[in-house]
Amino acid sequence: MSGLHIENISMRFDLPNGSSVQALKDVSLELKQGELMSVLGPSGCGKTTLLNILAGFLAPTEGQTRMNGHVVTGPDAERGMVFQQGALFEWMSVRENVSFGPRMAGQKPSQYMDNVDHLLDVVGLQEFKEKAIYELSGGMQQRVALARCLANDPDVILMDEPLGALDALTREKMQGLVLKLWKETGKTIILITHSVEEALLLGERLIVMAPRPGRIHKEYRLPFADLGVGADLREVKKHPEFGERREEILSMIWDMEEEIMGRQEAS
Amino acid sequence: MELFSDLAGELGNILATLAAAVPFILGYVLLILLLLVVWKAVKRGLTPRRDFGSLKTVTFGDESAVNSNFAASVISVVLIFVLWGAFTGSKLLPGFMHAPGAYTGESSFTYTAMAEDGSTDDATVSVIIHAVGEDVDAPEMPLGDGFAKDDTMVVAAYRSELMRWDDNDEITRDDGAMITAVNGTPIEAGSPVAVDFGEVSLTGRGTLNVTPATGWQMEPIWLPPPEDVWSRLMEISTEGFRNSTLGEHLGYSLFRVIVGFVIGAMVGIPLGYAMGLSDWFRGWFDPIVEFMRPVPPLALIPLVIIWAGIGEEGKIILLFLAALWIMAIGARSGVSGVRISKVHAAYSLGASKWQIMRHVIIPNSLPEIFTAARVAMGVCWGTVVAAELVAAEKGAGMMIMTASKFQNTDIVIMGIILIGVIGFGIDMLMRQAEKWLVPWKGKG
Ligand SMILES: Nc1ncnc2c1ncn2[C@@H]1O[C@H](COP(=O)(O)OP(=O)(O)O)[C@@H](O)[C@H]1O
Ligand SMILES: [Mg+2]
Repeated sequence: MSGLHIENISMRFDLPNGSSVQALKDVSLELKQGELMSVLGPSGCGKTTLLNILAGFLAPTEGQTRMNGHVVTGPDAERGMVFQQGALFEWMSVRENVSFGPRMAGQKPSQYMDNVDHLLDVVGLQEFKEKAIYELSGGMQQRVALARCLANDPDVILMDEPLGALDALTREKMQGLVLKLWKETGKTIILITHSVEEALLLGERLIVMAPRPGRIHKEYRLPFADLGVGADLREVKKHPEFGERREEILSMIWDMEEEIMGRQEAS
Repeated sequence: MELFSDLAGELGNILATLAAAVPFILGYVLLILLLLVVWKAVKRGLTPRRDFGSLKTVTFGDESAVNSNFAASVISVVLIFVLWGAFTGSKLLPGFMHAPGAYTGESSFTYTAMAEDGSTDDATVSVIIHAVGEDVDAPEMPLGDGFAKDDTMVVAAYRSELMRWDDNDEITRDDGAMITAVNGTPIEAGSPVAVDFGEVSLTGRGTLNVTPATGWQMEPIWLPPPEDVWSRLMEISTEGFRNSTLGEHLGYSLFRVIVGFVIGAMVGIPLGYAMGLSDWFRGWFDPIVEFMRPVPPLALIPLVIIWAGIGEEGKIILLFLAALWIMAIGARSGVSGVRISKVHAAYSLGASKWQIMRHVIIPNSLPEIFTAARVAMGVCWGTVVAAELVAAEKGAGMMIMTASKFQNTDIVIMGIILIGVIGFGIDMLMRQAEKWLVPWKGKG
């Protein structure tokens, strides 16, 4: 049973004031090894909560996740995570950050150096490997985060708005890099994003989540990720179906946001 | 209610003093602005290029938009020494830069005495005004004619002297004589008459009070000129003060600070870590730390003296306590301030709890610990000086306190400058260490 099985997950947060928030309700999904899935949804619909449960940082109140057959009970090197920003270790150089996983596993430099150097090449940071993290731009920092995750060779990569803080141009380059890495490494990738275009470009599968309680609203299977590998992403965006899907999903999310607003005004 | 009216009275006094200071403050501000204009003109003369940097200040409050102007710093410091010199008659400054000094030299005035029968006679009083510390004898002078005889008196600058003019007169106050005029100007008790060298007033008992003009300069006992302070520094650094060399005094103070701080850090950092990592320790020590932190270490001095005496032990306990809470709180917030995403990232990279402690939590807490260490060193330095003021046999604080008891103002000022320089030096060293050891500070 390879792949990631998300089985009827619910998550309720009990707040200190006695009330509780139903962040996720009965979410089920199956991902095969090597699938690329993007997740969209208005903020507060439980995307981060879902990812944290998959990573093992949170235990769901109901349901379970199974990874290659075994139940997920905590964080593990088989499930790597790339955060939006600020999760790098500033006290280490770029290379020390990238080699963190292998070093913690007790590997000797001779065992991981080649791979680390290769990954630094892939993300284009070979010349910067001795630099400190705070000397890098935001885009470079996210490439370090990607390389650090890959150096640990996880089966699943979980990304929570990894490109959210980047400028448009850098973001586009990074999207190309994510697609390339996905194809070359065959990792299972789940990517949360706020951008509908990014979700369309970086998802063989795309799920749209709805809030209160957080649940899966709609799922798509899309051709764009395959089209985009090694190609010009701007060309992919000109695909007629791309525009159609974008409008459809935008108005879907727009309706949800309107509903949230309305409910807030009513209360 | 009495307290309230007392405090209102005090406040009134303070406000009156403040109001008196306003002209001086305004003068100083005007001087700053004047020098700014001069400096701008000079700069424009030297570099005719337009400076777009000045446009940056549109972003008010952006700290990076305003850099410290080095020229202004230099001028400001030089000006402090110039003012110091000018108002103390320093020999380092040419005479024309001195503020008007106290009158010294020989002068005289005349008084007109009137006997009971209405007859009057004039007599001359020779006044010799000498600098403080000199010893001058009054010379013998002829007495002159008439019933009022000429007098001679010696006054030290900045002092005033009572003149019993009738000591040598033929008709004295007991006979009903009184003074009606000084230098021809009618005089009464309460309305002094200005003379060449200052003023003369009539006391209620009919004697004269002679007050030489003090000018604008400070008396050395209040503020000695810079060169006196410097020569005192030279003297004390070679000959020592109160059986100890200057190096010993400063060395003892520094020794106490460093030992107290190091022990405080050695206990405080682990304590802070324990509080940041375990809710039990946090709950246990929170009340203690939160209570002890706002207690100024100076308030502990009396208790420490009772418990441990005035020796080294007591001082080190005091400095230990001064550093302890600051370091504990710094370490605590360094640990609990770690971004959860860093810990999560480390977990999903396969790190164990201990590895996260060693490679994430501890390094992540270092910048906060350094900030705490800087604060603690500053507090310790202030505390050691204060403790030495109260009771010590050696130390910078003891030196200035003893000097003040003997009114050796030059030693007091020298000591204050040295204490400031050392405090500044400690902070500079800590900053350098911070740059070296936690270069990522504030850049996370
Ligand atoms: N630790 C927590 N405690 C309480 N409520 C939480 C916690 N984490 C998330 N929530 C709530 O759960 C809901 C979903 O949050 P989140 O997963 O962060 O949404 P998203 O990532 O889609 O913006 C929100 O209403 C949020 O307030
Ligand atoms: Mg989120």
